[in-house]
Amino acid sequence: MKIKSLISTITLVAASTSTMAQDLEITLTNLSQGLYFTPILTAAHTNESSIFSLATAASSELQAMAEGGDISGLVSMLTNANANTNENPASGLLAPAMSTSYMLTNDSTNTHLSLTTMILPSNDGFVGLDSWMIPTEVGTYTIMLNAYDAGTEANDELIIDGGGAPGTAGIPAAPGGDAGSNGSGVTDSETNMMVHIHRGSLGDDDLVAGKSDLDNRVHRWLNPVAKLTVVVK
Amino acid sequence: MSISTLINIKYCSKKLSNIAFSVLIMSILTACNDSNTSHPVAMPEPEPTEYSYQVTITNLTYAQPLSPVTVVLHADDKMWMIGTSASNALEKLAEAGDNTDFIGQDSIITSMSDDDVLMPGLSSSITVSTTDTSATHLSVTTMLVNTNDAFSGLTGLELSNLEVDQENSWNLNVYDAGTEANNEAAGTIPGPADGGIGFDEMRNDVNVVTLHPGVVSQDDGLTSSVLTQAHRFDNPAIKLTITRIK
Repeated sequence: MKIKSLISTITLVAASTSTMAQDLEITLTNLSQGLYFTPILTAAHTNESSIFSLATAASSELQAMAEGGDISGLVSMLTNANANTNENPASGLLAPAMSTSYMLTNDSTNTHLSLTTMILPSNDGFVGLDSWMIPTEVGTYTIMLNAYDAGTEANDELIIDGGGAPGTAGIPAAPGGDAGSNGSGVTDSETNMMVHIHRGSLGDDDLVAGKSDLDNRVHRWLNPVAKLTVVVK
Repeated sequence: MSISTLINIKYCSKKLSNIAFSVLIMSILTACNDSNTSHPVAMPEPEPTEYSYQVTITNLTYAQPLSPVTVVLHADDKMWMIGTSASNALEKLAEAGDNTDFIGQDSIITSMSDDDVLMPGLSSSITVSTTDTSATHLSVTTMLVNTNDAFSGLTGLELSNLEVDQENSWNLNVYDAGTEANNEAAGTIPGPADGGIGFDEMRNDVNVVTLHPGVVSQDDGLTSSVLTQAHRFDNPAIKLTITRIK
């Protein structure tokens, strides 16, 4: 009798976990050798919301994040949708090979997790996670993240002061201080204006001329570019 | 307390009760010498359990031979980590494909490696066996030899979750040891694309392990590179299958 009532209590608790708030312990690791990540935005949201969707045109809020690392527009968009957010856990840039850990508690209705952070140096490249369903089962989950292109700016690969403003050409900065200058520009058009998998940077081996201001030995990457570990408590 | 100590204690207590019984009935056995626990008196030595794992690697690249594949068993540990400086042993493996120091590390309980390089499109199987119960984790690694310091593998795989005959597979990405700049220069790459020296103890790169950005090659804008378009690779570079056979 005692055991039976204990079992039914356990069943009740188990059944209720899926409708309770969850504590998520999150770690993002920058797997790349030469890329910096701008302020990271992580959000738990409903099945109806998202930060970005592949093969869909970027919102102006996503564009501001992908071209200049500005997450304020996305944060207000998510707040209006009653999402739970964590902003800028690394207090600025997350350098190559570095990790940042932080907590996010999601309301029961916010069942999906998304993340974005801009890649520097890039014109409008970002690391993304789109609407990953948060498991109800306690455990540690690992997700490898790819680099996306917002499709909002031509990948000219030129470092230009002020290039982070939406609609302004150019890469705002190369935080490693290892980029060149005086490039002629890799391309001035962006024909695929939907969010897509980034084709990677070209770069060149001439830091004072050439097509690109990026260094082809330093600023290229292969996917995945980041590892996300989520511990569901 | 280690697992093997625990097991020893278990054996000793079992042995003592057994001896007490024998003394009582037959009165011929001398008492168990407490300081000598390595010679059981009344019990036969239990047959040690052998654990055996078959590790199969497939080279998925176009033109990156893999240095002799190396499989090691060890305690709960990782042989490398993103964001952490590579050991000298790993540096030598990642720059030259030379695993001598890697398998000679104090933490390695047992190891098995291939004799030859593994060419693109081919597979190789290695069986590693042990009776040592402290060999709880497995690592496997190999160098992509037409690079400065690219390697691939899996480290710190917990074996206790594997049942006999259970098979697990992974597609593996390529790491950069971070110990040698990816200059792709003549004389720095040990593989057939160059025939260079490979290992140089000087560290002229970021000095932490990351994922590899890929090779550029002379055909894609690095004029001083000895590599061609054929040596480029993408993730994944290796398919790994591990089966516990005993």
